[in-house]
Amino acid sequence: MAYTKRVDGRKFDELRPMEAKAGIIPNADGSAYFKIGKTTAYAAVYGPRELYPRFLQNPKKGVLRCHYSMMPFSGSGERIRPGSNRRAQEISMVMANALNPVVDLSAFPNAVVDVFVELPQTDAGTRCAAISAAAIALADAGIPMKDMVCSVAVGQVDGAVVADLCYDEEAYDAIVSDIPVAMTHNSKEITLLQMDGEISKDDLIKALELAKVSLEQVYQLQQKTLRERFSSE
Amino acid sequence: MIVNKDTIAQLANEGKRLDGRSLTDYRQPIKIETNISWTAEGSTKVQIGNTVVMAGVKLSIEKPYNDTSDEGGIMINAELLPLSSPEYEPGPPQMKAIELARVTDRGIREAKAIDLKKLCIEAGEKAWFVIIDLVTINDEGNLFDAASLAALAALKSAKFPVVNADGSIDYKKKTDKSLPLVKEPLAVTIYKINGHLFVDPTVEEEKSHEARLTVASDEKGTISALQKGGEEPLTIEDISKICDLALEKAKFLRTELNKALK
Repeated sequence: MAYTKRVDGRKFDELRPMEAKAGIIPNADGSAYFKIGKTTAYAAVYGPRELYPRFLQNPKKGVLRCHYSMMPFSGSGERIRPGSNRRAQEISMVMANALNPVVDLSAFPNAVVDVFVELPQTDAGTRCAAISAAAIALADAGIPMKDMVCSVAVGQVDGAVVADLCYDEEAYDAIVSDIPVAMTHNSKEITLLQMDGEISKDDLIKALELAKVSLEQVYQLQQKTLRERFSSE
Repeated sequence: MIVNKDTIAQLANEGKRLDGRSLTDYRQPIKIETNISWTAEGSTKVQIGNTVVMAGVKLSIEKPYNDTSDEGGIMINAELLPLSSPEYEPGPPQMKAIELARVTDRGIREAKAIDLKKLCIEAGEKAWFVIIDLVTINDEGNLFDAASLAALAALKSAKFPVVNADGSIDYKKKTDKSLPLVKEPLAVTIYKINGHLFVDPTVEEEKSHEARLTVASDEKGTISALQKGGEEPLTIEDISKICDLALEKAKFLRTELNKALK
């Protein structure tokens, strides 16, 4: 029983419909909204601003902090208790690692740039949507960046290598692997890589090649979103 | 944040505000969008000026409380997200969030807006519990009114999920059955600044206030909850004027809500 037709009818390399907008939170220094399928992420950037407690400060360059959070009503099952949990903390950490290689905070010693991401509704791919939103928000905030970071999940469902898994695919009753990937746009370097499930090495490489192609679409949207943001001002 | 407290007070004497509004006008636009989250049983995004609040309703089946064994329950929680203002930090809810949640909760609970008996499935065993989560997206003042409007709109838009034969809930499928909402309370908070009454304050105006009073009222103008805030006292005469103004403004918000949900 091979996976010949995707649960939502998409082609194997087809992403779900995406939407994005920058500058949606007036209080923030930069902000963005990023939607892929039924997963929605709001990102806000505050800073560079002073970092307390002071022992967290780095006298050589500013610190990038990420805070990932699902809203209490954003899970497809029961309500999620508000506040941080181990999953959110880990995702926050890998998000910061995914974005750090492109942001240049050397001009802001001892300062912090905070990125807050909140998800009102989710259908898999939340950390990828969070990273794609955060990258737009960082650019919107005018944080010096050497490159853009784009993120999407790829994976393998019952033998088929697919892009942008939805929840029903992650939960498909067969061998499945889910691989969230973030990549820098110009240098094509991978800054986020995680994997859950089972996959052969050959399929893994195939999936990463598919990610590279898919991320071009994410990048096009991020670029268009930022262009629209600054042409309207 | 630099607060132009003196200017706000002086302008108030002339019936003016920093942003050009009259003392009793709401900011524009007022937008109410429903079904913004497919994972919630009911959800809304409310915007008043640049203040944006989301509300999501989640339903679950629980054992009723011992003293109300034939009733379901309701709970309201509020999170002042650090995403929404440079003044909010991650961590446990601060007093402001607790007060926002409790005042919004009382407006709905004490009006008996939801017929809790109709939420009972099996007395003493199973009943529906309604949890409303309020989250701030951008705080530029007057979270009280925005939260109340969002909570009511979310309740109005909520649909029960499908219950499987084994009693578990299929959250991915919704029925077309709405909550047993018998009243529609809305809270309006009036601020007293330099002796003048203000509607829909900005953050700067909130920081300049002497006293405030939240008045929750239903369609008939019956008051279901009050909360006085601020360091200065209010006279009975103040309270009378505030109630009149709050009831009038509740009517205005109700019209906006009904327009948006039509």
